[in-house]
Amino acid sequence: MDYFFQQLINGLVLGSIYGLIAIGYTMVYGIVGMINFAHGDIFMIGGFIALITFLILVSIGMTMVPVILLLVLLVAMAVTALYGWTVERIAYRPLRQSFRLAPMLSAIGMSFVLSNFAQVSQGARVKPVPPIITGGYTLHDSGNFAVQLSNVQIVVVVTTIVLLAAFTYIVSRTRFGRDMRACEQDQTMAALLGVDVDRTISMTFVIGAALAAVAGMMYLLYYGLVDFFMGFIAGIKAFTAAVLGGIGSLPGAMLGGLAIGLIETFWSAYFSVEYKDVAAFSILIIVLIFMPTGLLGRPEVEKV
Amino acid sequence: MAAPASYPASAEPTAGFAFILKKAVISALVALVLFFLMIGIRTEAGSSGQLIYWTRFGELASIVGAVFVGSIVIELLRRWIGPVGGVELPASVRGGFAVLGRLLAPALLIFALLVPVIFYNQRYLLDLAILVMTYVMLGWGLNIVVGLAGLLDLGYVAFYAVGAYSYALLAQSGLPFPHFIDTYPYVALDFLQLGQWAFWVLLPVSGLLAALWGVILGFPVLRLRGDYLAIVTLAFGEIIRLVILNWQDLTGGPNGISGIPRPTVFGIPLTPGENGFAAMIGVPFSPTHRLVFLFYLILALALITNWVTIRLRRLPIGRAWEAMREDEVACRALGINITTTKLSAFAIGAMFGGFAGAFFATRQGFISPESFSFQESALVLAIVVLGGMGSQLGVALAAIAMIGGFELFRGLDQFRMLVFGGVMVLLMIWRPRGLIGHRAPTVFLQKRTEISASLVKEGHG
Repeated sequence: MDYFFQQLINGLVLGSIYGLIAIGYTMVYGIVGMINFAHGDIFMIGGFIALITFLILVSIGMTMVPVILLLVLLVAMAVTALYGWTVERIAYRPLRQSFRLAPMLSAIGMSFVLSNFAQVSQGARVKPVPPIITGGYTLHDSGNFAVQLSNVQIVVVVTTIVLLAAFTYIVSRTRFGRDMRACEQDQTMAALLGVDVDRTISMTFVIGAALAAVAGMMYLLYYGLVDFFMGFIAGIKAFTAAVLGGIGSLPGAMLGGLAIGLIETFWSAYFSVEYKDVAAFSILIIVLIFMPTGLLGRPEVEKV
Repeated sequence: MAAPASYPASAEPTAGFAFILKKAVISALVALVLFFLMIGIRTEAGSSGQLIYWTRFGELASIVGAVFVGSIVIELLRRWIGPVGGVELPASVRGGFAVLGRLLAPALLIFALLVPVIFYNQRYLLDLAILVMTYVMLGWGLNIVVGLAGLLDLGYVAFYAVGAYSYALLAQSGLPFPHFIDTYPYVALDFLQLGQWAFWVLLPVSGLLAALWGVILGFPVLRLRGDYLAIVTLAFGEIIRLVILNWQDLTGGPNGISGIPRPTVFGIPLTPGENGFAAMIGVPFSPTHRLVFLFYLILALALITNWVTIRLRRLPIGRAWEAMREDEVACRALGINITTTKLSAFAIGAMFGGFAGAFFATRQGFISPESFSFQESALVLAIVVLGGMGSQLGVALAAIAMIGGFELFRGLDQFRMLVFGGVMVLLMIWRPRGLIGHRAPTVFLQKRTEISASLVKEGHG
């Protein structure tokens, strides 16, 4: 039972990271109807930016961990958001009138550009960092197995909850959120009513990328490493999460993220670690076939 | 989802040099922020596992400068050339291009047949030619799925892998289930007993197994389309690769399979021995013979793929593929069986992928999961897209350009995939229909009635 609870905690933490990435997928799909294949690599870039910022801050002599973390978070979000903006501007905006597969292919190209850019500029080797946040609590000790809740896990979950609250506020209460939801429903009508559609779409990418940067930083804190290839698998898993939750639905993305995190963790714990990715991909296929609208999605009406 | 066109394209050219300069400065500033940390700082794990970093502000400055200059150049070019695509060629020039186009395919074919004669003494070029032909064949195979049937398949390399592993495993150990063979000795087909014929028997077997996997993939994804289909095929391809990687007992895992039997000239081995091919026809043995044979083998396989595709396009099934690509709902309304149409496209496309895989295995003599990564799928897909989705000649030229380009920049190996991704993006922006290809249906009404998509476009929600 203790082992189960430990895996539950681990799964929820991993799920928070997936959920943060999944929100980027689901927002972009909701507003422009495309799978932003490069989003996983945006997450990877976010991890790298966080790593480099952290290194610089430590080397100039900063010692207060909370201040360092806050600064790293802000820098990573800002710079990665600019990456999201640039990717949309270069690779997707010129294609809005193109045929339906063009944005997807362009996104695949962009994904290669980003991951290989990271490889060329930062090298192919895995970048380890020493644990930044140490310590934790023992929740329950039955003698042969102790349920641990580390401080990193607390930081990851709390950051996710705070950001989600802020994000939900933006989408549901602000002018931008209203514009975004309007564009999601009908871009032509929104444009006629004075919504700047291009700007709104850009901002959607910016917010998605900023959340992915947070996920990248959390990944760095939690696993203590980044490498240029981590965006591919994480991206597909987060996309699976978005589909599982119902693509286009923001609470669904978070729910799907948690579900994928839990499934992956339990699969690794009880079945086999080697096949955990196979499990995630199989879920993607099964969900798309039997439940294409996901848990919280609306059915898509097909118009001819 | 009809997005409104809101480009101020017509207003832009009136703005002056100040506008260009402003745009370039903004681009350079964006580049500075983007690259300051990623290029300006280089991190690496030091000898004690501790991360160290050093600065590279020189490179950073030159890249930001390049973005600044590049932005100005692009903007100027855009003004001088004007919007692309508005150029109407005079009839005589177009006629000339048409003649050239008709002559190009036979000329290429003759050149391909002569490649081993011309480059007999250049092993490197022969090897490259074999590689190019493998991709031509893969491109033609995928073209059935993507170009003709309009199903975006991001996991095509899975079938390539199935073909390669089918050949390698069956040729090495017969049925790959030792305990099964012990229990039922009569099913213990040992393909090695076929001796020199192993490749020729197993080639169709590999193709059929790949086709079977095509159907296995096709069944669940029948209802999906577009982006969803692409993602599911991608996941399928990754599952196959991960299973190959982790099922160590069967596939050898990351170590791969080596010692795969080499092909024979219809039973005659290409060896220096007494009964080798060279001795048989009375010429001194040379290792180049095998390269020449492999080249003609893959050329023949590719031409079969091409021929089958061309013939299929004239059959009802081929017509159904093209109709399905244009409009699936209309197809269904007209009574075309979408299930068989989709499954046949997947199966036939996969079969040719399987043939190519078996060829790859016999050519290399060694296969490992590394050869079947998502990058391969993307490369083949890029070849099909570059060639213009549906154009056979276009795919062949695209394969030559793509693989040839990769070889040209061999020295810059680490930038290869970076450039490849960039080219894919630029291609989608400038020539989304491919460089030379077109995907006009094989049949259309002789008299164009203007009641097509152009009039009913508003209906899209």
